[in-house]
Amino acid sequence: MALIRVVNVGQEYGGKYVLKGVDLEIESGEVFALIGPTGAGKTTLIRLLNLLETPACGQVYFDGVDVTRSERQRLKARRRMAYVQQKPIVFKMNVFGNVACGLKWRKVRKEVVRSKVDNALEMVGMLDYTKRDARTLSGGEMQRVAIARALVTDPEVLLLDEPTANLDPVSVSKVEEVLEKIIGQKTMTVLMATHDMPQGQRFADRIGVMINGEMTQIGSPNEVFCSPQNREVAELVGVENVIAGVITVKEDELVTIEVNGNSIQAISELPLGEKVHVLIRPEDITFTPARNVSSARNMFDGEIIRMTQVGQLVRIEVDCGIPLLGVLTMVSAQELGLTIGIRLYASFKVTAIHVIKRRD
Amino acid sequence: MTELWDGFLQALQLIVSFDREVMEIAGRSLWIAATSCTIAMLICLPLGCLIHFRSFPGKRLLISVIQTLYSIPTVLIGLLVFLFISNAGPLGGLGLLFSPAAIIIGQVILISPIMLGLIISALSGVDKMVTETALSLGATRVQAAIVSVREVRYAIVTALIMGFGRAISEIGIALIVGGNIAGYSRTITTAISLETQRGNLELAIALGIILVFIALVINIGLHWLQRK
Repeated sequence: MALIRVVNVGQEYGGKYVLKGVDLEIESGEVFALIGPTGAGKTTLIRLLNLLETPACGQVYFDGVDVTRSERQRLKARRRMAYVQQKPIVFKMNVFGNVACGLKWRKVRKEVVRSKVDNALEMVGMLDYTKRDARTLSGGEMQRVAIARALVTDPEVLLLDEPTANLDPVSVSKVEEVLEKIIGQKTMTVLMATHDMPQGQRFADRIGVMINGEMTQIGSPNEVFCSPQNREVAELVGVENVIAGVITVKEDELVTIEVNGNSIQAISELPLGEKVHVLIRPEDITFTPARNVSSARNMFDGEIIRMTQVGQLVRIEVDCGIPLLGVLTMVSAQELGLTIGIRLYASFKVTAIHVIKRRD
Repeated sequence: MTELWDGFLQALQLIVSFDREVMEIAGRSLWIAATSCTIAMLICLPLGCLIHFRSFPGKRLLISVIQTLYSIPTVLIGLLVFLFISNAGPLGGLGLLFSPAAIIIGQVILISPIMLGLIISALSGVDKMVTETALSLGATRVQAAIVSVREVRYAIVTALIMGFGRAISEIGIALIVGGNIAGYSRTITTAISLETQRGNLELAIALGIILVFIALVINIGLHWLQRK
């Protein structure tokens, strides 16, 4: 039985639906990441799961009990969870008081409170800050206090809403280090909303993609990142080559897709004549200065029309009749002598392509 | 002018010598105002939380009415309480007329809107996320409300001090329902009024100085809290 079950849940604010017919099951001990663009409904779903809001429709079950509306049941369930918000709120008291409050509300004995708070603060590396006024902490420190405050009650479920958003890179790595420790202990079920795709991919057993208030796709990180179900999910997970075409030849699962007079070979179960989108991740495209022997069935020559440096990588847009976008390291780009206007070959394997039905 | 100066010197003498009558009147005024404040706070704090945290139709109108009542004349409250506790009134049987208890009832009615309004206003300044964070950490609704109250504790003490200031300086209620009975229900303000009419200016000035001193202490306290 799933620890958390959400059935056809919807939420509306001022007549506008922000969450529509969401179904979700999360098993005990699972790490589930919710990804989606800003405004997709991730926070609303987390707030509904934490029972801070009552859904406009649908049911929320916690450990098999319907906790959608009964205030008593909601408090009981909420006391088995902990929620870390995107923008942590600390109470007007010192760090110790902030972390201890959840235990005090559960009427835990004073001696136990002291040792539990110390353990939680040690876990997040904030033990030296016990007596500091929590309002004087930096954003990253506040977030770590918020995590300690959540962990101190030994929750069965930890809900994290964009735990590293708005933090500087050093604070992000510190918070991620703490999350890695928590997840590594495998003692609690974790549901984490994030728009940091690598973070979701790194921590989660399963990923749910939310777009426009709907749960568009649920699957393993590999399924979501390599086989997105539609164009929106593909674009969200960084599949930047989304090419429209039609299946013109089919031999078993090997299909040929016509795109602007060019043919792309791929593997698909879709039928002949189907209008499709060809999805290729930029990192799956290989660039070579000359046509060389390769196992890649798809090879096109084209002209570099744009180059953009992103950190140590260079994004290269090539016009091969089909617009293709790939990435190379700075070093590789320099070695190949790549500049705008030069011609080169772009190749990609059949297995690197994901084909989805087009819904025009 | 000489009369005023002589009166002032004699008043100071009455204060520094801890004149029995002056101390008795000042002490009574202080405990009546303090009791009124305590009772009003015990009513207004939970009521303020209830009004702030609950949604109900007419909430805004209610808050407007509360704010309007800030400036209700003390004599009007005195009259209202008189009508209730006089022998012919519905609570006449309790024998409260012309007693400190009657003044306390009137002062509670007088200062409650001020305290209630200030408490609601202070609570509405608390980030909604504070309550939600407390709830998410397993607090009951009451525990979460207490967290919000803690966040604005200085503003709530300010409400208490404001109420105290209004209570100790009012005269209408004390005069109408207290009766200004010497040694029983006479307060600083009613005594000042009476002694001025009698021409006993030194006693009136002494009590006036004490009243101003109390006001000064209240103001210093408020400034200190506002800096927090």
